[in-house]
Amino acid sequence: MDTKNILIVDDSPTMRQLLTFALKRLRNVRVTEASNGVEGLKKLTGDRFDLIFSDINMPTMDGLKLVALVRKDPAIQHIPIVMITTEGAAEDRQRALALGATEYITKPVQSLQVLNVTKRLLDLQ
Amino acid sequence: MIDFGDDENLAKHAEEFLQLFNKGAAFTQALLKENEQLRYQLLKAGERQATAPVDSDSEAQLEQKIADLERERQEIFRRIKEVEAENLDFANRYVEIEEENNKLANLYIASYQLHSTLDFKEVLQIVSEIIINLIGAEVFAVLLRDEKSRQLEVAVHEGVDSAELPLKELDQGIIGEILATGDSYFADDIDSYVLDYAHPMVSIPLKIKDLTIGVIVIYRMLEQKQRFADVDYELFTLLAGHAATAIFSSRMYSDSERKLSTIQGFIDLLTK
Repeated sequence: MDTKNILIVDDSPTMRQLLTFALKRLRNVRVTEASNGVEGLKKLTGDRFDLIFSDINMPTMDGLKLVALVRKDPAIQHIPIVMITTEGAAEDRQRALALGATEYITKPVQSLQVLNVTKRLLDLQ
Repeated sequence: MIDFGDDENLAKHAEEFLQLFNKGAAFTQALLKENEQLRYQLLKAGERQATAPVDSDSEAQLEQKIADLERERQEIFRRIKEVEAENLDFANRYVEIEEENNKLANLYIASYQLHSTLDFKEVLQIVSEIIINLIGAEVFAVLLRDEKSRQLEVAVHEGVDSAELPLKELDQGIIGEILATGDSYFADDIDSYVLDYAHPMVSIPLKIKDLTIGVIVIYRMLEQKQRFADVDYELFTLLAGHAATAIFSSRMYSDSERKLSTIQGFIDLLTK
């Protein structure tokens, strides 16, 4: 089974560690971290990724801008993007999904939630 | 041809004929009797065939087999129910273990992050991240006790203007009580809580043993956070101890670094 590469984009080291901690329970998964949208975009162009987890509110480049740029780039536009954010309003969710986000999860997150969405999107057992 | 001319011969012949006739009659009687016996036996045999079971042994075996199969079927149903109950139990236990795992992961990460630096500002940033990302608070503040001014000072504030916070009430209200007793406070019902800066929804003392160095006050949770989970209370307890130690030690370290830098400046000035 080939290794699945997951990119976590979040300015909070606590959240990055929490997500990495949860995702590393899955087999054949490699996790890469980025602290904002710009850094995330650089990682995306330098490596092949199968899934992106991104926060919305971040310095330098926010998560919504990142989603929009990923969806415009033919080389990476197929990658599913899961937004993980404190913004729980329905309009925030709709805006993110309209821009091309695949899933929308609100904080505080449960590790089981993260694992389930990852398994589903990467078709893992 | 018989000569009937002689009386003696005639009588003899008649006697012989009579004997022959008697024998024939007896033979006929015997045949009739035997025939009657055979008919009777035939009739009995027919009756036996009609009334007797086809095969009493094999029928009993079949009945036994049916009873065994029925028992087996009942046993299989019972096992299926048992397995279903076990599956449900496993599923529930899996969810419980996952929740426990999630709780431990959160506590581990919170503790790891709190003690990952000696930079005072970074520690405060990490405390904020834990309150926002792991607990799910939207409006909150971290207030630290200033022993010199006998007031609280705002170390962190999110979603609230620091001017609105009750910083002079060291011995008043909920916050004063928390500082005095060192006990946490939680509003009875999140839904019915009405914003009041002197009366927070949650107040967590920052304690180092019996010394309370400050308080975390929460005024509003994120929209999607409907209630406190078990892990939240664990995190509050962890914050009360670990955040206090991390804040206290990082502030001491920052102060000593600053003093060291000042002293080093003096030494450099004197030695050059």
